Amino acid sequence: MIGYLIRRIIQAIVVVFGVTLLVFLLAHIIPGGAARAALGQRATEVQIRDFNRVNGYDLPIWHQFWDYCRGLILHFNLGYSYKRNQGVSSLIQENLPKTLVLVGISTLFAVLVAVPLGVLQVVRRNKPIDYVLTGASFVGYSMPAFLLGELLILYFAVDLGWFSVDAPQANSVWGIVSDPRGLVLPVFSLAAITIASFSRYMRSSMMEAMTQDYVRTARAKGASSRRVLFRHALRNALIPIITLLGLSIPGIVGGALITETVFNFPGMGLLTYRAAIDNDVPLLLGTTFVAALATVAGSLLADIFYAIVDPRVRYA
Amino acid sequence: MHEATVDLLAPDPPAPAGGEGTSTGGLGAQVLHVFIENRLAVVGAAVIVLMLLFCFLGPVFYHTNQTSTQNALLNSTQNSPPSSTNPLGTDQSGFDILGRIMYGGQISLEVGFAAAGIATVVGVLFGAISGFFGGWVDALMMRIVDVLLSVPLLFLVIVLAVIYHPSLKILILVIGFTAWLVPARLVRGETLSLRVREFVQAVRVMGGRGPRIVLRHIIPNTIGTIIVNATFQVADAILLLAALGFVGLGVPAPKTDWGSMLSNGVNYALDGYWWQIYPAGVAIVLVVVAFNFVGDALRDSFEVRLQRR
Repeated sequence: MIGYLIRRIIQAIVVVFGVTLLVFLLAHIIPGGAARAALGQRATEVQIRDFNRVNGYDLPIWHQFWDYCRGLILHFNLGYSYKRNQGVSSLIQENLPKTLVLVGISTLFAVLVAVPLGVLQVVRRNKPIDYVLTGASFVGYSMPAFLLGELLILYFAVDLGWFSVDAPQANSVWGIVSDPRGLVLPVFSLAAITIASFSRYMRSSMMEAMTQDYVRTARAKGASSRRVLFRHALRNALIPIITLLGLSIPGIVGGALITETVFNFPGMGLLTYRAAIDNDVPLLLGTTFVAALATVAGSLLADIFYAIVDPRVRYA
Repeated sequence: MHEATVDLLAPDPPAPAGGEGTSTGGLGAQVLHVFIENRLAVVGAAVIVLMLLFCFLGPVFYHTNQTSTQNALLNSTQNSPPSSTNPLGTDQSGFDILGRIMYGGQISLEVGFAAAGIATVVGVLFGAISGFFGGWVDALMMRIVDVLLSVPLLFLVIVLAVIYHPSLKILILVIGFTAWLVPARLVRGETLSLRVREFVQAVRVMGGRGPRIVLRHIIPNTIGTIIVNATFQVADAILLLAALGFVGLGVPAPKTDWGSMLSNGVNYALDGYWWQIYPAGVAIVLVVVAFNFVGDALRDSFEVRLQRR
């Protein structure tokens, strides 16, 4: 177990290094380079040469990469947004906590809804409710995320007036959490697609658990069907959900980008959208780097948690 | 929903040793068999065929101008509701929506198929080579996949689309070259187990070299996995293009795709112009659900285990 953890952590470090290299290379394939991006199309050759010398862009590429890594590790320096005249790190620091709140609440909500839905479908398998929920989950993950968000706004905020059209605009995390009228729709919108795929996965995981020998044994010992379902089948069917959660993080983070844009939620996703609109490549690469870090950290946590929860796993 | 594990009470049919010999007839016959058995897959395939006919043959019978706003406005007004001249109304530029669904659908479907094709070819070759050589080559190639997989797809696609300014060709390349990671992993996994099988050793003994073994013997044996994944890839590519359209990185005007139509439409949704959202929304959901139905049925037939769903 300890050996597995160490190997898994080393692997995560290697991946983080790879992500750093990838982001560094992406910054270098911009046609015209960083100087053109910062100074604009009308800059003269002399201005560009000066800019490159001042910022170290005339050094050999491995030297630039070394400087980039050192800045990243020592100061978490992700570069400078020339469009906003602000460091990329400080922009991300302002916005990241709000996104973590949104993603956290909606993922928790999604699991809490998807698990009972999956169980319900197994209990009522091949009955109308099973078909209805299966159909709904197919539509759920076949729908563009922004369409769902806009429809929710249209019906629940504009027509019915139950919730506000805009997400909470507060600057602090607490300000956002304490505005449920604004938070409900973004959370639900982001959770809906996760619910669709999780409930489907939960259904088949539960179905598989029901065919296992330990379920038959429990039945043979005379356990009530409720006890068999919740004590024996459900607890085992939940284990693969941990892995699924780890694998779903990139999708959820990508979904947050769309959801935040739809609801004008002031987080990392909206920042990324604005950076894309403004052609602000340094900021775009910064948010991409942080999103990738979150993914690596998430899947590492999921794997560790899995190893703790499932005693059958004997990692040598 | 046809699923292998649905009927819990029935005993499992005896599986032939090694899983071989389950197929009756060739690949084509196998696929046909599944489609006849699975009604949802038939519905899905029918929807796909009808949508292809609608988008690509429809404009032959239903003439509308979809490239010049001025010409479009000669026959209509902006934002007009459905009427006898414009069965689904017009959009904010005066383009007829029924015709635009066909026109945008051509691009959505083209991007879907082309990107899925690129992703499949690249992923299959990458995965097969990685699995076949094994050792440090495999370790290095799979770390590359790990790194790219840890960057959320939407972010990577947006970065590339911003750097290379979207055009139809760039969009296909960007989506294709970012979506090959999953097929690469799947094919690599199967290759690892295939390369030690007897028939591969037999080819080696007969003097078959690496490229021949990979292309003629290993890849054809992973065809089930490849086809199933490619089906899901088309669905995902169409959705990804729609998301790009929403963040303003879709195909540039006057071309359009379903995603761009939708995101233009939602700007006007508050004015009650429902005909600018629902047709394009229904078209996307219909096609993506259809591909998912077909993919699910194919997966059951090939008994392929995938990571997703």
